[in-house]
Amino acid sequence: MALLIVRRLVQTALILLGVAAITFLLLYALPADPARMIAGRSATAQTVANIRRELGLDQPLLVQFWTYLQGILQGNLGRSYAQKTDVGALILARLPATLILMAAGIFVEVVLGLILGIIAALRRGGAIDRMVMMASFVGVSAPQFVVALLLLYVFAVTLGWFPMSGFGTAAHVVLPAATLGILGAGWYARMVRSAMIDVLNQDYVRTARAKGLSSARIVLRHALPNALLPIIAMIGIDIGQFMGGVVVVEAVYGWPGIGQLAWQAIQQVDIPIIMGVTLVSALAIVLGNLLADIIAPLIDPRIHAR
Amino acid sequence: MIVPVPMPVLTVRNLCVDARTPEGRRRVLDDISFDLNLGETLCIAGESGSGKSVTSLSIMGLLPKASLQVASGNIHLGEKNLVALSNRAMRSVRGGDVAMVFQEPMTSLNPVMSIGAQLTEAISEHQGSEGGTAQTIARQMLDAVHITDPARRLTQYPHELSGGMRQRVMIAMALSCRPKVLIADEPTTALDVTVQAQILKLMRELKQEFGASIILITHDMGVVAEMADRVAVMQNGRIIEQGDVLSVFEKPTQAYTQELLAAVPRLGAHTGTDGPPRVSPQVTTAIPTPPSPILHVRNLNVTYGSPRWLFKGKPQLTAVNNVSFELRAGETLGLVGESGSGKSTTGKAVLGLIPFTGDVVIDNKNIAGLNARQMQPVRRSAQMIFQDPYASLDPRMAVGAAIAEPLIIHGLGGRSERDDRVAELLRRVGLQPDAATRYPHEFSGGQRQRICIARALTLQPKLIVADESVAALDVSVRARVLDLMLELQETMGIAYLFISHDMAVVERMSHNVAVMRGGRIVEMGTRRAVFENPQDDYTKTLMAAVPVPDPRARHVA
Repeated sequence: MALLIVRRLVQTALILLGVAAITFLLLYALPADPARMIAGRSATAQTVANIRRELGLDQPLLVQFWTYLQGILQGNLGRSYAQKTDVGALILARLPATLILMAAGIFVEVVLGLILGIIAALRRGGAIDRMVMMASFVGVSAPQFVVALLLLYVFAVTLGWFPMSGFGTAAHVVLPAATLGILGAGWYARMVRSAMIDVLNQDYVRTARAKGLSSARIVLRHALPNALLPIIAMIGIDIGQFMGGVVVVEAVYGWPGIGQLAWQAIQQVDIPIIMGVTLVSALAIVLGNLLADIIAPLIDPRIHAR
Repeated sequence: MIVPVPMPVLTVRNLCVDARTPEGRRRVLDDISFDLNLGETLCIAGESGSGKSVTSLSIMGLLPKASLQVASGNIHLGEKNLVALSNRAMRSVRGGDVAMVFQEPMTSLNPVMSIGAQLTEAISEHQGSEGGTAQTIARQMLDAVHITDPARRLTQYPHELSGGMRQRVMIAMALSCRPKVLIADEPTTALDVTVQAQILKLMRELKQEFGASIILITHDMGVVAEMADRVAVMQNGRIIEQGDVLSVFEKPTQAYTQELLAAVPRLGAHTGTDGPPRVSPQVTTAIPTPPSPILHVRNLNVTYGSPRWLFKGKPQLTAVNNVSFELRAGETLGLVGESGSGKSTTGKAVLGLIPFTGDVVIDNKNIAGLNARQMQPVRRSAQMIFQDPYASLDPRMAVGAAIAEPLIIHGLGGRSERDDRVAELLRRVGLQPDAATRYPHEFSGGQRQRICIARALTLQPKLIVADESVAALDVSVRARVLDLMLELQETMGIAYLFISHDMAVVERMSHNVAVMRGGRIVEMGTRRAVFENPQDDYTKTLMAAVPVPDPRARHVA
């Protein structure tokens, strides 16, 4: 286990380095000029040049990258161009809101996906199965901003059950979490269904039946843990998908998380914030996978944490 | 002597089961009636598709609802009619009054639950004993099936136990609630012959100890002879003959039973002869005398795993350890051993399918260190027939295309020549030439294996490695496929490296025999020497463990 973590830390560092390099290159290649954005439309060429020098943007790419890496190693993610504050502090202040949203979203998608997937598997070929599969298809296919607006219209505007936007109470988290979760729930329902159908046909499930166990026990104690194994690996990978959704959902619901921060930064070509959010997201994905790898051997004794 | 009046524990009367197919209902069990008497072992024998497993699942109430359904008939266990019981009532019968042991010990236990959890679960369900009491019973059960260190085993998981041990656990689990009836469906088919002997012995012992009556389902007439008090022979969903074991074996009344018994290979059936029996009517011996060696293997070693390097790598495992033998044209070397003995690995190495060290000389060409391109011409003279005819044919490739493929790969012949060759090969293996346009799923297991043989013959090889090539086939089909292989050898002078776990089949097929264990050849010699006068202790153990299809020759009274 210790070896696994050490190896993963080394891998994580390499992955983050790669992510940083690629993002840096992409932002550098961007046709927008951050100095021009900061200076404003009416600024003189001299002002723009001064700002550019001030930010170090006149240096060659490699030098800029090296300077940035040095900063990161000292725990310094740089200063925001637009907000003139420390990027690390900005992200840190916004992180809790995003973590709450993600936790709620993952909860919605896993619980909904599991329940629907198990029911569909048990009623395989029946009307319920077909309905669940149809619904999951819609859930997977619908763009998140459409789902978000739809939920807003029905549950906030028409029914008035939940607030339109903002942050603070438990009621605020419901619609954003549902928006995030519906997409994943569709995926999970399909995955769980096929994994369950596979497991229910295994010899050991027949053994469990031959023992005279109740259906509930057979499904929950014998089949489900086996069916969960591929799902757990999926959750680790899924966090990456999630970050994309978080940006959209936070923007629509005015949720004060890092997704919204990134959204604003992109509009302002605020490169240090974009870099910072990208790196934090990459870190989240790597940690998610590490978590999945740590949990898997706890469920499946055949897997050794190596 | 007072003959005790038989007391039926379980009575099956006029049981009919229908399968629901897209074409409508089809009867898979037709008017099955039998009694299981107190304390007896009833063997239900038959080939695949005879309905013996459906019979056992009907008794357990475990028929897959979507496809199989009891149409009529009764199954009485004491006062209860199992066919009419509610789901809930049936649950207390399953595992409580009637318990079952399945064929595949490797997959019949839940991989993510500890042995203890799986054992105590049945005990809690039916005896209402929880926690400590259930644990104690579980430990006693493991003790009863002779598993060492039972307390530790309870905390282990299935993958940490061998196949034989897992089957012991299955038996412990089945007997833990002291059932009146134990149904064992091919309980030893997946096990090595020495392990099979131990499990059969265990079942006999436990039958006495636990007072259970046993229904033993098997295709193996040797196991029947070893275990049965009475026998029911099934064919096409009917019981065609039943009676006590001696009368069924010695005075079978039905033609099918006679055929089945005649087809069973018996160890020692070829005592006193040197080679396999001749099967072809025309004596066209193409073998030159003295026959030249077609395959020469010297100091063959195969190692799995790579050396540990930093974090990577698995521990190394020597699968084949310094094996040497030779095989002459028109002869068969039987390579016999249990699972993990390295016999299949040897077969693969001989054809250069896996990396090895040492020398393998096929038809005067050493294949050691050859790359794929250099191997190509050698592959023309050496082919392979695999174990599972269902898995070794591409389901989306027409039979003719599969047989012609080697010709295309080696760039031999034009289209019409290939078609002619395919037709000729199909005829050669006893199939109609029009089979070429059909697909593998349209054929039975035996026919598929004939197709595999035809495919192996396409390039007119001098050597064929046959790895458990008849293990998946029913006895009657097996006998015909073996005859075909012998006939091809007689007329074409093919040399076989015949790999099998089945001693009787090896005896029938081989001129020479090598016995493998733990990657080494422990004994090698002519068939006559090895079978009639085995020198190595392991060979002797192996031969003693083979069930004899004669109820009068039981190992234990």
